[in-house]
Amino acid sequence: MEKKEYKLLKGNEVIAIAAIRCGCDGYFGYPITPQSEVMETLMELKPWETTGMVVLQAESEVASINMLYGGAATGKKVFTSSSSPGISLMAEGLTYLAGAELPCLVVNVVRGGPGLGTIQPAQSDYFQATKGGGHGDYRLIVLAPASVQEMNDFVDLGFELAFKYRNPVMILSDGMIGQMMEKVQLSPEKPRWTDEEIEKLNGSWAAKGKPSTRERHVATSLELDSAKQEKFNQKLVAKYAEIAKNETRYERIMCDDAEYLIVAYGSSARISQKTIEIAREKGIKLGLLRPITLYPYPTKAIQELLPQLKCVLAVEMSTGQMVEDVRLAVNGKIPVEHYGRVGGMIPTPEEVLNAIENLIGRK
Amino acid sequence: MIKPENLVYSRTKVLTDNVMHYCPGCSHGTVHKLIAEVIDEMNIQDKTIGVSPVGCGVFAYNYLDIDWLEAAHGRAPALATAAKRLNPDKYVFTYQGDGDLASIGTAEIMHACNRGENIVVIFINNAIYGMTGGQMAPTTLIGQVTATTPHGRNVELNGYPLKITELIAQLPGTCYVTRQTVYNPLTVRKTKRAIRKAFENSMLKKGASFVEVVGTCSSGWKLTPVDSNQWMIDNMFPEYPLGDMKDL
Repeated sequence: MEKKEYKLLKGNEVIAIAAIRCGCDGYFGYPITPQSEVMETLMELKPWETTGMVVLQAESEVASINMLYGGAATGKKVFTSSSSPGISLMAEGLTYLAGAELPCLVVNVVRGGPGLGTIQPAQSDYFQATKGGGHGDYRLIVLAPASVQEMNDFVDLGFELAFKYRNPVMILSDGMIGQMMEKVQLSPEKPRWTDEEIEKLNGSWAAKGKPSTRERHVATSLELDSAKQEKFNQKLVAKYAEIAKNETRYERIMCDDAEYLIVAYGSSARISQKTIEIAREKGIKLGLLRPITLYPYPTKAIQELLPQLKCVLAVEMSTGQMVEDVRLAVNGKIPVEHYGRVGGMIPTPEEVLNAIENLIGRK
Repeated sequence: MIKPENLVYSRTKVLTDNVMHYCPGCSHGTVHKLIAEVIDEMNIQDKTIGVSPVGCGVFAYNYLDIDWLEAAHGRAPALATAAKRLNPDKYVFTYQGDGDLASIGTAEIMHACNRGENIVVIFINNAIYGMTGGQMAPTTLIGQVTATTPHGRNVELNGYPLKITELIAQLPGTCYVTRQTVYNPLTVRKTKRAIRKAFENSMLKKGASFVEVVGTCSSGWKLTPVDSNQWMIDNMFPEYPLGDMKDL
């Protein structure tokens, strides 16, 4: 059996290490707090001398995301990382990638906004990540890690999903998970994919030089014929439905007998886990549902719990974004409230408990 | 009678059978054909990746039978950067117009060239936005009438024509920077030689090769094809003089 490797690492550092170990072909990025360690770690490790992975500091986030398009279109495993203002600049590229059905991984280590905002953690980019960000009808697959271990694991998973569905994948992290250190079990080292292996995944589509034996491959999102464009939009809808069917991920903690439910992802879920413990000591039957995929959203997982629940609290470090998806799932059957701290402020487990106690009328 | 031994010329196989959407008198078709011939003569059809722009050249991928990446407006050099770095054994070129390269994509072209990316850039400068209906480009001449400069380009309002190729030539990351045109057989041949040299350079790890082609836009300029050529000679060449700016 392969020896397990453990390390104490920052969330941002492990993203870089996981990418090299899972056989990533290229990273293109631009420095921004609080995620600059991703590129710094890559540059320190010089993977171009070992695995042959390309690492390049681009002139802007606009260029980074378009470099991803250039690399992804040739069938390569490419990723970038940034934080909120940088992701806004990537919105154009993301919609082109989604429109050309190209696989790539984008890591957003979210900081508070709007505008330049703050450099401290926030979860205020939920709408941008799950509802669009760029123009047109498209979706990203959005993974929400709640630990440094999941930062590691979701890199490989992200690439797997990106290539399986030929769709951009976003890891929606935040400044807390990016900056905190935890013990991580590193992923096994995998060689970079060969062209043949990529073709095996979902056929021959990469535009990397046309042999005389096949038609030319064009990575494009342009279609001037409206009837054809509508067909393409419908094809995307079908793909997203397939993703929802196969890839919805979530975790339920202490939900079996729960009368009250917290729905929280990422850092807020870590904090809320402690809230559950305190609540249980006080005899409050509180459970936690943690969405791991934010798109597709675990709507059914919430709905299945409704018969036993009295109310739901959505906890997120925003003024109320994911709570809208909770409300859509609950559909008015029981009360749904939101609790959040914003602007880089992080709620304590006691504050969350207080919010729950207010909601259930215990205070 | 056509016998094989009498054939002295045929259309290159790198051009597809698709009917080009370009207007009569437009330079794009000629430049497409030259690129196709160079790819054919170098026998690199299976090793070439083209990056098409936003603008009239957006559909270049319908006409050259090679693999293509269609970029967002101005971003072609960023796509080409990654495509080349991840596939160093391939010939990667961008095909961009003046709005794409010299306006919205200024950052991408400057930095790709300055990093010394081993790519080919084909830059079509016709001093106007063709696809969107003849608006002012960064290279529009002073006094030139366009849809957004109906009273002529005015320095106070619109600033100066941007000589981006002269700027590109200053960058240490470029090895070959030239300005050509395609309005008669002589200039067509010269441009073909320039494109061939640029493609050959991209495997020599010398940096970026940049070929500007001063072209015509009869529809945008609202002139006949013949008058367009004369207008280009009289007005464009004094502002954008032809010739090599750098050849290392």
